Amino acid sequence: MLEACGANSLEDLFRHLPTEIRLKKPLKLPPNKSEYEILHYFNQLGAQNANRYASFLGAGVYYHYQPALVDAIASRAEFLTSYTPYQAEISQGTLTSVFEFQTMICQLTGMEVANASMYDGSTAMAEAAMMAVRITGRDSIVVAHAVHPEYREVLRTYAKTQGITVRESAYDDSSGRLNLDDLREKVDSATAALIVQSPNFFGVVETLNEAGHVAHAQGALLIHVFTEAVSLGILKPSPETDIVAGELQSFATPPNYGGPFAGVIATRERFIRQLPGRLVGQTVDRHGRRAFCLTLASREQHIRREKATSNICTNQALLALMATVFMTVYGRRGLRELAEQNLAKSRYLARSTAIRFTGPFFNEFVTVPRRKPEIVNQELLEKKIIGGLPLDRWYPELEGCMLLCATEMNRREDMDLVVEALNQ
Amino acid sequence: MTLKARPHITRDESLVFEISSPGKTAFQLPPLDVPTVDPAAALGEDNVRQEIEGFPEISEVEVVRHFTRLSSWNYAIDFGLYPLGSCTMKYNPRVNEVAARVEGLAWAHPYQPIELSQGTLEVMGALESALAEITGMDAVTLQPAAGAHGELTGVLLTRAWLESQGNPRKKVLVPDSAHGTNPATATMAGYQVQNIRSNAYGTVDVEELARTVNEDVAALMLTNPNTLGVFERNIAQIADILHSKGALLYMDGANMNALIGIARPGDFGVDLMHLNLHKTFSTPHGGGGPGSGPVAVKKHLEPFLPIPRLVRRTGGWTLDFDRPQSIGRVRAFYGNFGVFVRALAYIMACGGDGLTKIAMDAVLNANYVRKKLENYYELPHREPTMHECVFSDERQAKHGVRTADIAKRLIDYGFHPYTVSFPLIVPGALMIEPTETESKQELDLFIDALIAIAHEAEQDPEMVRQAPHSTRTSRVDEVSAARKPVVRWKPPA
Repeated sequence: MLEACGANSLEDLFRHLPTEIRLKKPLKLPPNKSEYEILHYFNQLGAQNANRYASFLGAGVYYHYQPALVDAIASRAEFLTSYTPYQAEISQGTLTSVFEFQTMICQLTGMEVANASMYDGSTAMAEAAMMAVRITGRDSIVVAHAVHPEYREVLRTYAKTQGITVRESAYDDSSGRLNLDDLREKVDSATAALIVQSPNFFGVVETLNEAGHVAHAQGALLIHVFTEAVSLGILKPSPETDIVAGELQSFATPPNYGGPFAGVIATRERFIRQLPGRLVGQTVDRHGRRAFCLTLASREQHIRREKATSNICTNQALLALMATVFMTVYGRRGLRELAEQNLAKSRYLARSTAIRFTGPFFNEFVTVPRRKPEIVNQELLEKKIIGGLPLDRWYPELEGCMLLCATEMNRREDMDLVVEALNQ
Repeated sequence: MTLKARPHITRDESLVFEISSPGKTAFQLPPLDVPTVDPAAALGEDNVRQEIEGFPEISEVEVVRHFTRLSSWNYAIDFGLYPLGSCTMKYNPRVNEVAARVEGLAWAHPYQPIELSQGTLEVMGALESALAEITGMDAVTLQPAAGAHGELTGVLLTRAWLESQGNPRKKVLVPDSAHGTNPATATMAGYQVQNIRSNAYGTVDVEELARTVNEDVAALMLTNPNTLGVFERNIAQIADILHSKGALLYMDGANMNALIGIARPGDFGVDLMHLNLHKTFSTPHGGGGPGSGPVAVKKHLEPFLPIPRLVRRTGGWTLDFDRPQSIGRVRAFYGNFGVFVRALAYIMACGGDGLTKIAMDAVLNANYVRKKLENYYELPHREPTMHECVFSDERQAKHGVRTADIAKRLIDYGFHPYTVSFPLIVPGALMIEPTETESKQELDLFIDALIAIAHEAEQDPEMVRQAPHSTRTSRVDEVSAARKPVVRWKPPA
């Protein structure tokens, strides 16, 4: 091969590089390792982490059972090792599954179009806000204070350089829901969108319809954010919602220490040209047979460059496929039953604890233990239980409170131990 | 010639909604060990939905068959060469997949106690140091979720640093050969984009750059080697021009596969750059993602990196949120951790020497393809080739055959097409990056296929224009898909 290239050595191929910028010494990295050594290393690191603990953490990342089919299908080389489906004729597998994904997201959210995925829920929310800015021509966003704190931080990072103002609207101290009086004060004729998470960071189901009325009265859009996708199995989508931005980690993706997950944006058909990210559409091939392809690429960076709706290119396709398999496995009845199990577990866990907010909650809730959350959690760790998330880190006014989550993965015995510790 | 592909039976499959029938299920839930709860009572009647209209109902074996049949309609790197330029489609070692599924890592919650997260934090720490060594930079953030997200992080860092110097400035320079994400990113970060023309060699025109850079310019976003596969030999001078006017040099690291162990951006004047773990570091593309786009920076930019920062203290790793100059978060939690595990496993499997060998083999393969094809396809830029080469369809266009047609015909020969019509500075571009993965045998088959197509373009152009002929789905009508978008299934009326 070297001969064909007219070179005597591999080094010859690099002779045109200026010598002063060449690396003169070998990279300081350990020598190569065998498969066995590599797995031994990661197994050891895994053993340094929490293993086989019962966990009551939620807060945007949830423990749900991953049906065996999900990994079996997502591990298939045809899905795992394929590229973005730009070449439609040899990518119909990916394209068809994304079309199904988009359809199921619409069915779940009550929206008319959904994109092929975003990086995660937090960036989906920020991109949804920018989308609303483009649609309305306004440059101010009102976000509920009970939206996931890290999502709000990402929103501020994105908004800052584009001259978008972000204002927060308070939660009602008693219900944990939106404070509608405060909301009416904050949303005005400069507001592009109101962002509300439901169930919110406290697990409380928000009053999306009322929020929508407040937003629409000022000509603003309502963006519904969700972090717990299983809640869609039981909660009614609001007809007032204009854009949905969500996180699908709950649909078969392990917590992965925070990623990779799959975000998604869904919206009304009339906003389709302002949607960021890839979109799969139905068409026909030369023989008139149904086929799918990436469509409306004129929104995207590889066509529109500096005029694109977003710079997003790589998305989270494999995680979206896992969500699609998950939704197919659970289906119409299963997702409802799963949601009902989550509801029942959280109610059992909450039954004799001091609940901070009166608003209805899905599978997580804020509680006020008799002792400091840190002390309760330390005691639970000794029983191989990871307790709730103390909230004072983001909400100083909620010092002494913790956020607890219960899913179908939590067993009654462990919940009894948690309740006991909370009430001591 | 040996044919890489022959037509075979493929199975038809309807959409999942069309094979759905009431009452079928594929799920199992354990019996509830707590009392049931009435949803309407618990959540309020108005909040509870009736049913999910149209959601599928199929059995377990139907789920398996459905997705297995769909999968059989895909091409994938495990079938063969994937010569997409600037996409670095290399083999995805399976040990990486096993490592990423280690229970203590995959099932770690981002909010679990820090003392029970030392294993995950060690993965991140080890990867950060390895990437800093490979790039010659001083600090790395792993938070960005993909290349374009890394670019955004990089431009926000640029802005934050310039602001700390008193003036965020107005413009970002982008060569006309750049990936579309570069200009899109600069706009998203609030900058005006100024495109700069490449010279006759397809590289940055240093004199024009010197005339263009002034106190309004925040940074140049440069891909090196660029999208023609040409190394920007004047890189040190380019960096000097920018630095002398107080601007930064941002490097798009999409083509880092050509440089590992050969030259380090940190040694040739780059201030900050992103890497694509799903390109250079072998993590699978998964049909479009996930990726991971770490950003590596020089010391002066370190205070501005996203929060939290991973720090090693006595007693172990911890996360530092107290970073007053930080640009903030670009993503919830800490990034695509599962991708970090795969990339670190790859770096361990290669070692320093192995990574250098990868760059060398990748460059050898691209040079070999170039040499073998240059008599058949027009090579508009004749500078030395690094990891990819770019031809144009000029000769074939005379017969009415364009780059997109050649690409589709390549499918009939059993290969995935190259990158079509990019970079924009080459009209009718065929952009080919074979990567180090491919053997001489595979490359020869690919070369033979493209030579055969060059002949076909002369002898039977119409046949090439109608390609592919051997696939289950023939040429797809993308134009009508965009004209009247159907982006979800609806039950027949």
